[in-house]
Amino acid sequence: MTTREDAPGSTGGADVPGPLHGGPDDDYTPEQLAAMSREDLDLLGARYDGVQVLHTEPGPEPGSRLEKAAVRQVALTFALAGLAAFAAFVVYAGSGWFLPDWQWEITESGWSALFTPLIGALGGLSLVLVGVGMVLYTKKLLPHETAVQDKHDGSHFDRVTTGATLVGGLHNSGLARRKLITRTLVFMGSGVGLMLVMPLGGLIRNPNTGDPLGTTSWAEGVRLVRDDGSPIRPGDQVPGSLETVFPAVPGGNRQSDAATMLIRLRPEQVRVDRPRENQEDFGYGDYVAYSKICTHAGCPVSLYEQETSRILCPCHQSQFDVTRGAQPVFGPATRPLPQLPITVDDEGYFVARSDYIEAVGPTYWNRERI
Amino acid sequence: MARTATAPGVPTTRVGKAALEFDDRLIVAGPLRRTLNKVFPDHWSFLLGEIALYSFVILLLSGTYLTFYYDAAMTEVVYDGTYAPMRGLEMTAAYESTLYLSFDVRGGLFIRQLHHWAALMFVAAIVVHLLRIFFTGAFRRPRETNWLIGIALLLLAFAMGFTGYSLPDDLLSGTGLRIISAIILSIPVIGTWAHWAVFNGDYVGEEILGRLYIVHVLIVPAILLALIAVHLLLLVKQKHTQFPGPGRTEHNVVGNRLFPAFAGKAGGLFFIVFGVCAALGGLVQINPVWLWGPYNPAQVSAASQPDWYVMFLDGSTRLFPAWDINLPGNYTIPALFWPTVVLPGIIFTLMAAYPMIERKLTRDTASHHLLQRPRDVPVRTSLGMMALAFYVVLLISGGNDVIAEKFDISLNAMTWVGRIGLIIVPPLAYVFTYRICLGLQKHDREVLEHGLETGVIRRLPHGEFIEVHQPLGPVDEHGHGQLAYGGAPVPKRMNQVGGARRAIRGFFSPIEEPARVELEQQRSERGLAAAEADRELTSSGRPSDGGRPQEPRD
Ligand code: HEM
Ligand code: FES
Repeated sequence: MTTREDAPGSTGGADVPGPLHGGPDDDYTPEQLAAMSREDLDLLGARYDGVQVLHTEPGPEPGSRLEKAAVRQVALTFALAGLAAFAAFVVYAGSGWFLPDWQWEITESGWSALFTPLIGALGGLSLVLVGVGMVLYTKKLLPHETAVQDKHDGSHFDRVTTGATLVGGLHNSGLARRKLITRTLVFMGSGVGLMLVMPLGGLIRNPNTGDPLGTTSWAEGVRLVRDDGSPIRPGDQVPGSLETVFPAVPGGNRQSDAATMLIRLRPEQVRVDRPRENQEDFGYGDYVAYSKICTHAGCPVSLYEQETSRILCPCHQSQFDVTRGAQPVFGPATRPLPQLPITVDDEGYFVARSDYIEAVGPTYWNRERI
Repeated sequence: MARTATAPGVPTTRVGKAALEFDDRLIVAGPLRRTLNKVFPDHWSFLLGEIALYSFVILLLSGTYLTFYYDAAMTEVVYDGTYAPMRGLEMTAAYESTLYLSFDVRGGLFIRQLHHWAALMFVAAIVVHLLRIFFTGAFRRPRETNWLIGIALLLLAFAMGFTGYSLPDDLLSGTGLRIISAIILSIPVIGTWAHWAVFNGDYVGEEILGRLYIVHVLIVPAILLALIAVHLLLLVKQKHTQFPGPGRTEHNVVGNRLFPAFAGKAGGLFFIVFGVCAALGGLVQINPVWLWGPYNPAQVSAASQPDWYVMFLDGSTRLFPAWDINLPGNYTIPALFWPTVVLPGIIFTLMAAYPMIERKLTRDTASHHLLQRPRDVPVRTSLGMMALAFYVVLLISGGNDVIAEKFDISLNAMTWVGRIGLIIVPPLAYVFTYRICLGLQKHDREVLEHGLETGVIRRLPHGEFIEVHQPLGPVDEHGHGQLAYGGAPVPKRMNQVGGARRAIRGFFSPIEEPARVELEQQRSERGLAAAEADRELTSSGRPSDGGRPQEPRD
């Protein structure tokens, strides 16, 4: 390689040593250091770092029975770890090759039910043994040191000098005097900041247009259908039963707010039935329909206890009384389940008479205003 | 002995030469030596934070693997995979990809379960670590910043857990998401707007899984990573706290150097944590989403339980009475708002502010590097136990339906037990803890004053029987010990002060010589004595009593 000696930056190279970085090379010449033992060098460096090794308890004496026992123990641990790891690999790679297939379908052999547990057991065992081996090694075979390191407080010198640099820079900028610049900086900062968060505005949408929270796809004449889409006639159910129904619109059975419970009351329930005010005619015969979405936090209420006429929500145990307009009688829910007004159409199937007259599901700030 | 080369200090071995080349370029020898020489104190409770760190590493590794298969799409598909009971069922692509990962990827189920177990371990380790910091006073000046970072890490871990739990889009996670939606709606004034921003419309919409996914695998992990880095940098900078003991002062750290002793043990712990998570991931089924079924807003599984760390909120939601607040103008503050937004808000604010509160109350603004034993700070310890009792009542109430069913108690009774328990158990916990702390303190002082009980009974000339006590140090003319309490454990049995020699090692036959053991023990005693001699010691090895909330002494 040729170097043009006259070009700046191409002369000298590594031959010219730069100023040194770090340790006190002036106090310790290479000759002095070379004359020291490795142990002394170790302690010297530690002392330089503020660490003093107070006391070292050497590991077991080489060749002693104590050492041999410890070595055997550690080696056995590592060997077992390796064994378990290879075994895990054999299970993983061998399944479906010389071992039965691991996949769920093949349950006859029982192997697929064993595959994951075996991987976990062998893999876990292997890793734990690696860890145990390392800990044993440090505890039984390494020398035990007790070392002390000094803790330093902040230095006054550093604080004062750094402060001077910072304040000096600020002072030189003259910002304190140049008021026009400070003011424009504030103005600019708020503008640029606003501009940078501006794209998040895309997240904001008006929840009040079209009242999506207050409406469902129930409407006048919409049939009540089961999950499979079949319509329901009065008399399909025995008294005391509950069926989950959906509006007969496309995707109605997957809508999050439309699920409704169609309940056929038993004669003794009909006798004591006290619907909510102005909703006396919402039922049809001994049938009533209530929203399935809990007014507390929106879980689907699901457990119907016929004897007590109570519907229980599994999430926080609110209970609603179906003979009292599904008023909450226990638990954290505050409002009754909304009632769906129902009737039957010309063909004798249940239909809704309108949408729910109030918002279904959990309460929110302006619910009463919708 | 380092072999002397032709020119002194010039390496002769290949490794040595390579190291020189390396350091010539990067100049790392100095910082590396400082790191290797760093002293770490040794105590089992200092491992808790490490466990949290290692679980996080495992989460990063296993989670990255899961992303190769998981698909956060909410498009409806018809299942046609290996798991026969679900063929033909409609579900979201997210749920289908989770089934695929569980049944059609070799070892996929293992990694999924490993990920979930590591997540539980992560949160548990953080919580226990936090308790250790609290009860030993490690949060005091200068470590308030790290306390705050710790609280932020705990909150982010919750966020990780919740977003991760929602990803498979099974019946359980969907129900959880439904409740979250209701919680967001319940916020006064901005609730519906916030819900529209998060879900891009009404519940459930098409966007939410994709958003939760990116929060779960990118945004929160990145913040966690950054905060953990700062947490550890601060730890290195401020040095670890230590318990008081011989030779330990406010101005030093006594323990092992990083290399090799501490590194060996820490590395070992990493593998043990990894191994335990792996064993759990393979052996103990968790979140079998194929049993829950795909999410369907009209269905719910009974006894639906969230992961353990969310249970306390479930509990508070169950216990809080049905109190909607109706405001003029037909506005409502839903009952749900208080137990799910306000209560955790208060809890976490109090936790974050605790170091400041204690500083205000005790007027202790000094720096502290020595830890306190919980018994020596009865007020703080009792406050902590009170908070813990509050938490445990909520936690149990989160599973009150299961308990009611198991023990055949009425649910309503369980709810009332929870409500009343929430009010009376915490103060009881305070009083009990306070008593216990004082009792322990008193016993420590008694042993220091009168010595250890030896179990030796002596009959005095006039017939009285006394038990012989072994003083722990020099005694005054009345035979009372002169040692002051130093904030360190006081030995309570003769064996702890060398009443019996340590057992000779060896299982079948001794592998040590008794004489050597004796020698070794003498040596170690001398070592400690020497260590103490040349260390400056405050009278008790502990700073002035300013370090703790002042207590009336009895
Ligand atoms: C730091 C704390 C983390 C926690 C507490 C956590 C928690 C969870 C939980 C509870 C689940 C549900 C597991 C299940 O299906 O049973 C989950 C799923 C998942 N996590 Fe994490 N996770 C964390 C970090 C990560 C990271 C760093 C990644 C990726 C880079 C990740 C990727 C995933 C993916 C893709 C899933 C969905 C997999 C599936 O359920 O099929 N996670 N997480
Ligand atoms: S969601 Fe029904 S009680 Fe909470």
